[in-house]
Amino acid sequence: MRTQMMTSTRGPEQAMSRSAVEIAHLRKSYGTLVAVDDVSFSVAEGEIFGILGPNGAGKTTTVECAIGLRSPDAGTIRLLGLDPHVDRDKLHEIVGVQLQMGALPDKLRVGEIMTMYRSFYRDPADVGELIEVLGLAGKRNNYYRSLSGGQRQRLSVALALIGRPKIAVLDEMTTGLDPQARRDAWQLIEGIRDRGVTILLVTHFMEEAERLCDRVALIDRGRIVALETPGGMAARARAGKTVRFLPSAPFDDRLLTALPEVTKVEREGQHVTVTGTGELVNVVILALAAAGVTARDVQLDSSSLEDAFVKLTGKRLDHTEGERS
Amino acid sequence: MSSLSLALPRATRPTRRAAFGQIVLNEARLTWRKPAGLAGGVAFPVLLLVIFDAIPAFRQPAGDLGGLTRIGVYVPILIVFGLGMLTLFGLPVPLVSYRELGILRRLSTTPVPPSWLLAAQGVVQLCVALASVLLLVVGGVAVFGTPVPKNPGGLVLSVALSIAGLFPIGLVIASVARTSGGASIFGRLLFFPLMFLAGLWWPRELMPGVLQGISAASPLGAAVEAMQDSMQGQFPPAAPLLVLLAYAVVFGYLAKRFFKWE
Repeated sequence: MRTQMMTSTRGPEQAMSRSAVEIAHLRKSYGTLVAVDDVSFSVAEGEIFGILGPNGAGKTTTVECAIGLRSPDAGTIRLLGLDPHVDRDKLHEIVGVQLQMGALPDKLRVGEIMTMYRSFYRDPADVGELIEVLGLAGKRNNYYRSLSGGQRQRLSVALALIGRPKIAVLDEMTTGLDPQARRDAWQLIEGIRDRGVTILLVTHFMEEAERLCDRVALIDRGRIVALETPGGMAARARAGKTVRFLPSAPFDDRLLTALPEVTKVEREGQHVTVTGTGELVNVVILALAAAGVTARDVQLDSSSLEDAFVKLTGKRLDHTEGERS
Repeated sequence: MSSLSLALPRATRPTRRAAFGQIVLNEARLTWRKPAGLAGGVAFPVLLLVIFDAIPAFRQPAGDLGGLTRIGVYVPILIVFGLGMLTLFGLPVPLVSYRELGILRRLSTTPVPPSWLLAAQGVVQLCVALASVLLLVVGGVAVFGTPVPKNPGGLVLSVALSIAGLFPIGLVIASVARTSGGASIFGRLLFFPLMFLAGLWWPRELMPGVLQGISAASPLGAAVEAMQDSMQGQFPPAAPLLVLLAYAVVFGYLAKRFFKWE
């Protein structure tokens, strides 16, 4: 099953050619604390790559090294072939960054801030259009102070995109947003990717990683503990999925236990719970249908990335907001 | 929210100078919209000049000041008051808040280095300082009949060296303070003793010898001394100019050495 899941990874190497981000054996410690320990991964062009992990796992440190804000103790980093320390200036032209906890002056207007950041780049985007796309059109003349959390976050993303970057690094961009604003932000990220921008997304929201990322690196205590598709990662944590249903007519358990995918059949009153692997729902429903039985109220309990997380790191994700890692 | 279209319009390549101009423009807007710096650096000393002018005794030549009018003696003190405010509050407080808010960090992820924001802040505060000096000297002469500076060249040099000696002190405060609140506290702790030494409450001419010596070595005291001499017609003596130069070099070095960008 594991092999099957591993190969089911939507291989970016098939669809995309060049690596946007190459990180090999990255190591960074602060004093005696090892924040990042031998982290390696590569992100293909056009991919949305998630870095997921609990507080203090080393996610932000990894990203900060990647964009040249910190010097790694060891390892190599290349963004579109550029070394963040040697080619800083070139790098900043093509990498847009939205950092955690990045506020702006209260008494500047949205348009003033964007016009200023736009002037930093050789080949910037148009302020009017970017403002429109980010849903800030009506806010152009508003002071930063008057913006809601979601609007501030979108402005921050706008500043990361204003230089028309090839890679966008978004660190906890939806932390602190309400659910609607978060969904809007997800739609926005998908829109950016559709433009051909590679996205490095740091998050501690499972739902976000599952919805957006092509691949996810799960980091715990400075190390990558898993690196694959969100679905694949969730599957790895699966002890066996279960299907629960209400049969329309009585049937013999052996009808299901005979199936290779099924490991266990339990009855609880009228309800039947089947535990197994693989395409469990399909095979169970087909077998029942062949015997003239319809399954009603079908409930599939498939494990989520969150379960994977708990299983792989032995701890729950901390959902407290404004964390730094 | 729609998705980003494939072809965002390309813009003509802006020059680096335009980028710096944009930063200065926004810093100027912030200085205007959060006028605490303007109030301390310009409005307050001008207001003090108006108040002093309303006191009849201030307009009479005073025997204890060697025949000078008290208001004449106060013009350099008020100039230094404004420069001191800009040094201790106007310059460091915004810089610390930019670091606190992560603005300097954000800038270091763009092609523009965060030092440009510091430079822009310096440019804006310099303009405010010059406006304050002009208002006090020219406005004083035109409206209140304060004496015309007898050695304008000396005054220009004294003001220039004062700014050069004082602003790095503000940068050192910005290096030491972790929060903008902390920077204000540093400013307040330093401002009143330094203004005392500059003669705000007790003209330097009347201070006892030891205090006068300390005053001459203090940044605001040296600035007042250099300007007062220029007002009275002599080219400022080397001592206060050298003191200011020493502050410029030492604090400039300390600021360069200890300023943190994040």
